[in-house]
Amino acid sequence: MAKIDFRLNGVPVSIETQLNRRLLDVLHEDFDLIGIKEGCGEGECGACAVLFDHEIINSCSVPIANCANKDIVTIEGFSNTSRYKILKDAFEEEGAVQCGFCTPGMMIAAESLLNKNPKPTTEEIKIGLSGNLCRCTGYNMIIKAIQRAAKVGEGKW
Amino acid sequence: MVKQILPKNLSEVLELISKEKYRFCAGGTDMLIQNHNLKTLPIDFKDNIIYTFNLEELKGITEDEDFITIGASESLESILENKITPQILKDTILQMASPAIRHSGTIGGNIGNASPAGDLLVPLYLLNAIVQLQSLKGIRSVLLSDFITHVRRIDLRDDEIITKIIISKINFDKHQFVKVGPRLSDAISKLSFLGAVSFHEDKVIDLRFSFGAVNITVVRRPEIEAQYIYKTKEELKNSVDELLEKYSEYIRPIDDQRSNKEYRKTVALNLLRNFIEEL
Repeated sequence: MAKIDFRLNGVPVSIETQLNRRLLDVLHEDFDLIGIKEGCGEGECGACAVLFDHEIINSCSVPIANCANKDIVTIEGFSNTSRYKILKDAFEEEGAVQCGFCTPGMMIAAESLLNKNPKPTTEEIKIGLSGNLCRCTGYNMIIKAIQRAAKVGEGKW
Repeated sequence: MVKQILPKNLSEVLELISKEKYRFCAGGTDMLIQNHNLKTLPIDFKDNIIYTFNLEELKGITEDEDFITIGASESLESILENKITPQILKDTILQMASPAIRHSGTIGGNIGNASPAGDLLVPLYLLNAIVQLQSLKGIRSVLLSDFITHVRRIDLRDDEIITKIIISKINFDKHQFVKVGPRLSDAISKLSFLGAVSFHEDKVIDLRFSFGAVNITVVRRPEIEAQYIYKTKEELKNSVDELLEKYSEYIRPIDDQRSNKEYRKTVALNLLRNFIEEL
């Protein structure tokens, strides 16, 4: 067991834990944050994506040991921001949500991309979403939603 | 019970590994998956583990006149985004995994894993990368192609850790990295090819090829490359069949769940042919 301090959704937290736990399990079990999903459990689907020092990572592939002193933001924390509101409206407008399983990961991927590149090209959006699988939409609506968010939210990122 | 250590600094790591055997976990993107078993969560590591991802001494990308030095725990994405990273390395990283995995996966991890399909190894072999290892006894530098000895086997002593990767600063007139996988991202290579060439007044002055996932480790044959130095572009193009025949001996892939040996060999040699013919 070891003590791990990190920021979770803007709040400093401290846990006594085994270092070999996955960040995904810590978020689910210790903090009851269930917005992120375990899809493949192998880093291929992006359903468990969170922001790690403001960059997308798959929480199923990160040991909690690596999170010491990091800033972790889940979809729950992100949903309190004005950027989230813009993305949510854009996803709704463009019909980018169907079953919803991939959506938290898609929103995290969109935020990670727009934070670095506020005016991405279609190709750059595709690269930004390349680690997130969606079996419903065919991706086109999600790409359009991010283009819409970038336009509507100009200056926010 | 295995020990798990989150070290404060490199000195602590060197002390620990001088006394007892440990494995290193950097980004964890491979180690967590390899040891993942839902019945035995948390991750069921069989060895003592030291977590190295956040070690300050293993971070940083610096350059001097001739060399670029990359800390072993630098993530693939931070290497991709760094201005001083050579384009040949960036082109490869862009085809690896996905942004999420690239934020966690590290250069030291990709080398330590020593997978025949490790994509980053392909440009690193081509750039004659040197792996720097540190122990309490001092620093040892090894050519990457000597460091990787077999499938998933490396020349790392029990008291050593990979600290830095050093590549020479070099630009080519043309380079091309091609990765063949089942989809564009998050795919493990069926095979990969990297060619690089430079000319001076129509004569070849530098020519390098490396192939991934077609042998126990990356295939690079400097003695074949050297035979074509000072040939003209036309002469090089005219010798393409002979060149393919020479490489054919070393392209010895296997059948596995991702592909089969006939496909791998045919495509690898076709990619070499295309590269030469399109010069």
